[in-house]
Amino acid sequence: MNMRRFSLIAVPYGWLVLLFLVPFLIVFKISLSDVALSIPPYTPTLELSEGWGGFRDFLSQLDFENYEFLATDDLYWKSYLSSVQIALISTTICLLIGFPMAYGMANAPKEWQPTLMLLVILPFWTSFLIRVYSLIGILSQEGMLNQFLIWVGIINEPLTILNTNIAVYIGIVYTYVPFMILPIYATLIKLDGSLLEAAEDLGCSRTEAFWRITVPLSKAGIIAGCFLVFIPALGEFVIPSLLGGSETLMIGKVLYEEFFSNRDWPVAGAVAVILLLILIIPIVLYQRNEQKMMEADT
Amino acid sequence: MRRLTWFNATSLTLGFAFLYIPMIVVIVYSFNESRLVTVWGGFSTKWYGELLRNESFLDAAWVTFQVGFFSSIIATILGTMGAYVLVRGGRFYGRTLFSGMMYAPLVMPEVITGLSLLLLFISIGLDRGMFTIILAHGTFAMCYVSVVVSSRLVSFDRSVEEAALDLGCTPFEAFRLVTLPIIAPAVISGWLLALTLSLDDLVIASFVAGPSATTLPIKVFSSIRLGVSPEINALSTILIGIVTIGTIAASLSTKRSVMRRQREERMAEQAG
Repeated sequence: MNMRRFSLIAVPYGWLVLLFLVPFLIVFKISLSDVALSIPPYTPTLELSEGWGGFRDFLSQLDFENYEFLATDDLYWKSYLSSVQIALISTTICLLIGFPMAYGMANAPKEWQPTLMLLVILPFWTSFLIRVYSLIGILSQEGMLNQFLIWVGIINEPLTILNTNIAVYIGIVYTYVPFMILPIYATLIKLDGSLLEAAEDLGCSRTEAFWRITVPLSKAGIIAGCFLVFIPALGEFVIPSLLGGSETLMIGKVLYEEFFSNRDWPVAGAVAVILLLILIIPIVLYQRNEQKMMEADT
Repeated sequence: MRRLTWFNATSLTLGFAFLYIPMIVVIVYSFNESRLVTVWGGFSTKWYGELLRNESFLDAAWVTFQVGFFSSIIATILGTMGAYVLVRGGRFYGRTLFSGMMYAPLVMPEVITGLSLLLLFISIGLDRGMFTIILAHGTFAMCYVSVVVSSRLVSFDRSVEEAALDLGCTPFEAFRLVTLPIIAPAVISGWLLALTLSLDDLVIASFVAGPSATTLPIKVFSSIRLGVSPEINALSTILIGIVTIGTIAASLSTKRSVMRRQREERMAEQAG
């Protein structure tokens, strides 16, 4: 093992330990600390100078009371449930909008495809905050959407959309739909057209061929797209705080407020730890799907 | 067998209308004379003037630019090193932990990343400001850089590197003279991604920024909370304009280099 190889590994490794692993361990530790004393210095603190005895003292003072508090207070488990619900419903809507778009792009003439691709990528590079902001003007009481609906004659009175959960759904779908389109398009474009021809020659209708060939063969892209929308949507903070109202309970917003408004750091820590526990399942499933896609490619 | 049906055309039209109408409305209303954001009062560019005279926006933009510049450089260097270690590094102690840490920030909710870094900075007594934002952005962006670079490292022919080593290059020379030029496009797009992520980030920055450093997204967020304003429309238009020009330029240059490569390959075939 030479020096160069060692430092090549050690520099990024050390950086991540220091700025990713250690911070997370601190969050975990604070989530087990006492509420009142946790704005620094937190109790208990780890006294390394006292050796093993100090470590035992430290452990004995940790407790799960913040987690018990989360379990007994309605607000938290309601926020977890409603985050999961909002993320699930938005993911479904994204799929319903994203799949037809990806399918349309894959069927479009070859020379259009780079331009269509550019049109999907452009919002992806545009500031997230600006895109959420652009919805505020559309969805507000006197906004474009209401003016349009009144002009068409569907409604007589402006609807309240901004600051409700509906606005949050629209916001998540609007900002995350490119993440759904891109992986689905990537699988659809690789799909061998002769399979569909064969199916039709053998007597399948177009619809039947779509359901029995196109959809199963694009499954990996659909799954990847769903997780790419679901995972970030679950911990979303900007969209519920700008587009949502007081009825909108999302855990990312609760964590932010717990920390900045209530200044209850141990509870914020516990909220964070549980949010991660919820996320582990979709993350592991997503990684498995990615591995399968990689194996299918080689 | 691929043909554009009416259904395809309709879903594309409606889908792109959904994606673009809100942004187009923002752009149109940035040229509105009236302060009222829903009433058209005639064409004017006065809000751009107001924006450029607004000191607090200019200060925030300058902070954001510096943070983006330094953090994207850190992220690119560390991310490229990390990708190289993961793809070419072979076995070493703690490799699983390392790849886990390289991957985790990609899926970690921003509120958690922000919270954990803030608690770290407080517990080691580091004053919050521009420096802490640079550290935070460098850390989460390096993982994105590493994903982009490692996909390129995986796909290229390793025997070129081995040939360089056989011909007497040191490993470092082989990296500098052979590997780096090949992965350079991926390193550059990783750097652009890191820069964009840093310029865009609101949540992590608002955790780790002290009162001394306000970035543009933090400033925009706090003024959006007060409602839609023509200055923000003007700012949005400028940002959308920069991104549009950048993206189109990038795609044109990729297209040109692909065409050049195809032409060279054809000529090589004819010559051979």
